[in-house]
Amino acid sequence: MTDERLESIVASLLRTGVSLAAAVVLGGGIVYLVRHGGEHPAYSAFHGEPAEYRYVSSIVRAAFSGQARGIIELGLLILIATPVARVVACVAGFALEKDRAYVVITTIVLAILLYSLISKP
Amino acid sequence: MTVREFTALVFLISASAGFLGALTGLGGGVIVTPALTLLLGVDLRYAIGASLVSVIATSSGAAAAFVRDGFSNIRIGMFLEIATTLGAIAGAVLATHIPTSALSIIFGIVLLHAAWQSTHSLPAARTDDAADPLAQRLKLEGAFPGSHGAQHYRARRVKTGFAIMFGAGTLSGLLGIGSGALKVIAMDQAMRIPFKVSTTTSNFMIGVTAAASAGIYLSRGYIDPGLAMPVMLGVLAGSIAGARVLVGARTRVLRITFAVAVAAMAVEMIYSGFQK
Repeated sequence: MTDERLESIVASLLRTGVSLAAAVVLGGGIVYLVRHGGEHPAYSAFHGEPAEYRYVSSIVRAAFSGQARGIIELGLLILIATPVARVVACVAGFALEKDRAYVVITTIVLAILLYSLISKP
Repeated sequence: MTVREFTALVFLISASAGFLGALTGLGGGVIVTPALTLLLGVDLRYAIGASLVSVIATSSGAAAAFVRDGFSNIRIGMFLEIATTLGAIAGAVLATHIPTSALSIIFGIVLLHAAWQSTHSLPAARTDDAADPLAQRLKLEGAFPGSHGAQHYRARRVKTGFAIMFGAGTLSGLLGIGSGALKVIAMDQAMRIPFKVSTTTSNFMIGVTAAASAGIYLSRGYIDPGLAMPVMLGVLAGSIAGARVLVGARTRVLRITFAVAVAAMAVEMIYSGFQK
């Protein structure tokens, strides 16, 4: 494993993640517009999303039960997961390069990311 | 206005923001939020949540191209991401505690700075600083393809750069922007990393930084699917188109015109902050 090889893996990972996320968001968006297109949007006052669109587990459940907004949120989750997957790839890459300092550095970044995704306020 | 019309309008605004953001180097996120709040009256928190998501999309898309070209430095990026992700969490937590009027004013000030920086090139970085042993130990060095073969460089003043990166992360989490401008300042001006390496590495870092605050935004209910959908798709489409046009485009007049428009939005954001 060399730095160049790691860079090309990271590049294709990022590209794939963004494309997949955009496709899922677009798919969910079309279903959303067909079902709710005639309603009236309300964004001028902040209410916050309902609990089912706040956590990973409930978003996945909503998406697989066919809810349009749930599918969009699932696409957004894939998007958020893309940089996280990039960091995971870097941990593995530096481990294969036997670069211990950078295994530690990337693991710290990964831990911070996972903390922010998993912690519930 | 129906959801259909609203979605079409948001998509158009976001696509224009992404297009102009790519052409001018400001990024789409910093423009889409004031556009949504000032033009469509969207609550600042929803706008920030949607914008943050679009920031992850554009930076990851662009980073894929830059990483392949061999300009961005993965090691420098990864090391500084410790600072930006910690800052991003701090910023996102802070955002949920301070009133939107204050957020609006801070946003306006950051916009003013972005408008100014987009029309002024940074002063050429000096290279006469003492070598930083920390940079050597962490291998914060590299080479990029220059006009006279490979150009080698090594980072200086690592601690200063790290501290500025924490600030960049905080602003990113607070306002839902990429804060690429501040990241470039940290690397180019503080750490004396070549400009082209600084800009592409900054882009590479933006996605990870934004992902750290996205988790917190999500769990606080800031990310609305109906709004984030057209914003993300619009900014992404616009910035891809912008990056295509950019090759060989003369952007000076556009840059200045656009900076004036951004400055006007900035003043409006600050004004609306004081109105609340």
